[in-house]
Amino acid sequence: MSMNNQGRPTRPAEDSAASPAFATSTGNRALMLEEALIFEIGDANRTGVDLPEAPKAASRLGGLERKSAIGLPGLSEQETVRHYTRLSRQNYAIDLGLFPLGSCTMKHNPRLNEKMARLPGFADIHPLQPIHTVQGALAVIDELGDWLIKLTGMAGVAMSPKAGAHGELCGILAIRSALEARGDKRSVILVPESAHGTNPATAAFVGYQVEDIPAKPDGRVDVDALKARLGPDVAGVMITNPNTCGLFERDLKIISDAVHEAGGFVYCDGANFNAVVGKVRPGDLGVDAMHINLHKTFSTPHGGGGPGSGPVVFSDALAPFAPLPFVERSEDGKLALIEEESMEDHHASSFGRMVAFHGQMGMFTRALTYILSHGADGLLQVAEDAVLNANYVLRSLEDVLDAPFGAAGPCMHEALFSDNGLADGFSTLDIAKGLIDEGFHPMTVYFPLVVHGAMLVEPTETESKAALNQFIGAMRSVALRAKQGDPSLHSAPHFAPRRRLDETLAARKPVLVWTEPVAEQAEAAE
Amino acid sequence: MRYLPLTTQDRSSMLATIGAAAIDDLFVDIPEEARLTGPIHGLPMHAPEMAVERHMKALASQNLVAGDVPFFMGAGAYRHHVPASVDHLIQRGEFLTAYTPYQPEIAQGTLQMLFEFQTQVARLLGCDVANASMYDGSTACWEAIGMARRITKRATALLSSGLHPHYVGVAKTMARFTGDALVHQAPSLTPETDIAGLIGQIDKNTSCVVVQYPDILGRVDDLSALAQAAQAAGALLIAVVTEPVALGALRSPGEMGADIVVGEGQSLGVGLQFGGPYVGLFGCKQKYVRQMPGRLCGETVDAEGKRGFVLTLSTREQHIRREKATSNICTNSGLCALAFSIHMTLLGEKGLRGLAEVNHAMAVTAAERLEKIAGVKLLNSSFFNEFTLVLPKDARSIVRALADRKILGGVSLGRLYPEEADLANGLVVAVTETATLDDIEAFATNLEELLA
Repeated sequence: MSMNNQGRPTRPAEDSAASPAFATSTGNRALMLEEALIFEIGDANRTGVDLPEAPKAASRLGGLERKSAIGLPGLSEQETVRHYTRLSRQNYAIDLGLFPLGSCTMKHNPRLNEKMARLPGFADIHPLQPIHTVQGALAVIDELGDWLIKLTGMAGVAMSPKAGAHGELCGILAIRSALEARGDKRSVILVPESAHGTNPATAAFVGYQVEDIPAKPDGRVDVDALKARLGPDVAGVMITNPNTCGLFERDLKIISDAVHEAGGFVYCDGANFNAVVGKVRPGDLGVDAMHINLHKTFSTPHGGGGPGSGPVVFSDALAPFAPLPFVERSEDGKLALIEEESMEDHHASSFGRMVAFHGQMGMFTRALTYILSHGADGLLQVAEDAVLNANYVLRSLEDVLDAPFGAAGPCMHEALFSDNGLADGFSTLDIAKGLIDEGFHPMTVYFPLVVHGAMLVEPTETESKAALNQFIGAMRSVALRAKQGDPSLHSAPHFAPRRRLDETLAARKPVLVWTEPVAEQAEAAE
Repeated sequence: MRYLPLTTQDRSSMLATIGAAAIDDLFVDIPEEARLTGPIHGLPMHAPEMAVERHMKALASQNLVAGDVPFFMGAGAYRHHVPASVDHLIQRGEFLTAYTPYQPEIAQGTLQMLFEFQTQVARLLGCDVANASMYDGSTACWEAIGMARRITKRATALLSSGLHPHYVGVAKTMARFTGDALVHQAPSLTPETDIAGLIGQIDKNTSCVVVQYPDILGRVDDLSALAQAAQAAGALLIAVVTEPVALGALRSPGEMGADIVVGEGQSLGVGLQFGGPYVGLFGCKQKYVRQMPGRLCGETVDAEGKRGFVLTLSTREQHIRREKATSNICTNSGLCALAFSIHMTLLGEKGLRGLAEVNHAMAVTAAERLEKIAGVKLLNSSFFNEFTLVLPKDARSIVRALADRKILGGVSLGRLYPEEADLANGLVVAVTETATLDDIEAFATNLEELLA
């Protein structure tokens, strides 16, 4: 065995400091490796799985045996590991650095959560096992539900919704059920302009007319305009608190009282609960229903776009209408699963089932692990540090970027900036793409819609002061380039695995599945 | 607190930078009377890893683990062996802790994976295109019904009696609010599905016919005639597949003419997990792509002409269209889609066909053994890896008694259809590659004893 330098230490050649940017024969650039599609490298006859032998048995497929090829390439295990490892390295992730996507709460995902979710007692149980064989699983649901109720000061909880938008749907269905139960046909849901797109989409999906509520110049709901619109046709309002401008709706209790007075209900979008967990209970502000994104506040991983989980907490008025199934503790201490057959005795007003089985169990175990790790004191600290970090970013950047609500007071968990003051022809998009070259995922851009060229920065509580300072330094540098009109920003990112992608082409001629290149097809036909 | 990096000193110096005297100065917008001043009473305080682990393990130990006992449950969730590398790869932080790929230049890993997933799913289901996943099979099924309404501008959906009762339940809940009419009845214990009966119910108001393949009782039937009849009446055929491994052995619904094929992808890569998270599969014919719900990943090029992938056709989606969107879905099931895709890549065509063959052979072996038990009747004339037994007495109590003997012996129709007394003796039995011949024998012997 010898060292590859044969005992001769390498040293840089004298003229090698500025290396020319040439194309390599592979397209790779050292550790940045290009990777083809599985359809280009795999083979229908290759496999990475050894199967048990099938016993001899006559086919009972009813004459429906598949005849044609499916077209599924296989890879050996080694190739599979390499393919996905290479792909993974083309992703930005929380594990690599600060991920300041506003309203998405990209906090650290603790690995204990992953370990607990994989205990066979949780990961390897069937949803329809007899109830007495899954008491521990029901206990997880019950215990997590209890935490969510106590943290929000509400009366009940529905655990089955699969994500935030699904939770919104759950809340709106409960509102509509409650209204129907009293014979009240209301047709309008009021939604502030700054709301997440899911809010109006959800309300419309259930058949409500959606009307905008204007915001005041300070970024909060115009309470007088809202009150003026209330009436016998308004089923409820959907309010995000803290709102998507990163501000606490300080008049929420006044709004709730007015909505209740007018016979409606208050839905709170809890996407931003991370800012206030342990600091205020939405139940004390008159909220009737609120979904909680376990994948935001309670640290379950975002996974490149899910799975999420969106339990909904309810006030006394709406709790009876919550969807099936739910877990109930009986007198003997055993946990029962209330499903269709037992609902008559226990829960006759439930609006029914929203999903097969019982919701995102794998996310419940992770979220409960997170909550137990923090405890009541740790969760309070989470909110305080999240808000502290956001205000630190706000005050460290407001001299270089326009902060439309900065002068009015502190923000909550996210800092909002606009594109006001950038050089002509320079936009929020340029700043976002410039940040990529600096090694950061961009913040949320062009949302909320109420601010021109919005940039919404949510650092979360799991970032250190040093990490924040590095991010602030990068933001300042990119913002100054955009203000000075540095043309290289227009073509950023320069150093990412890909340059800017042609989204227009993708939408005009959608290529959604891989097809054999024409030349190869012709060859195969010969 | 191990996840919080700020020190007390950091906090004070940052407050000084901000110009606030105390942390509560940042919370002034919360009305004072509602603001909490300390940890909420009655809840435990923070705990070290070891203590949390002890607590969670104690809860986990109260469950009977499927892999520890002879296991024959299905009915929409199937236990398959997941290769070790799947779980290893999905835990790579760059997949696990990434967001929805809104910044494609630094999300090509997720995007390429989704493009591969879409292609695998489309080919498996026999569709032209597939989306980047839905929450699960039940919600995908409802979304398909909504899509058929948008396409046909009709609002009566005909649900086959063989559709999973939870899927029916989800559709019923939603239809009550959207104004769709659903025609549905519980299944009857017949060897074959009633395709002719279903065809007879199609009329000019029918938006779609929804049929499960194999159905809740495990029966498989040719869907071609149903597809033709639906399409001739201007309706769509929606096929629902809760066990994708079946399509390694059976003709795909798309091949038989289905317009939309949805499914539950849990069988591959995901595991049982007490019902979630799972991954909804959604494919359709090319001509309907713009009415599809959910995220879509498409191929394009970057500024240097290199191939790359982006989320596309987002003008269908809520963050652009708001109240006019095709669905309200935002987060879907990306990481489960990754697990599905990795497992499918490991299998490949050869592996999937082999896996399907083992499943079918094990199921046939089990069915032949179980129907020998006095009083037990095998209902199905055809099946893949799941079939229905008709017992001489209430199946629900038998399932409980088997569980007490540490055998998870199927799903009783009483659990699935509590209100249908006629179905009470039905037992749905699934047999996958994870069962051994010894497991089958243990199941049969104990069932025999309990019925004696």
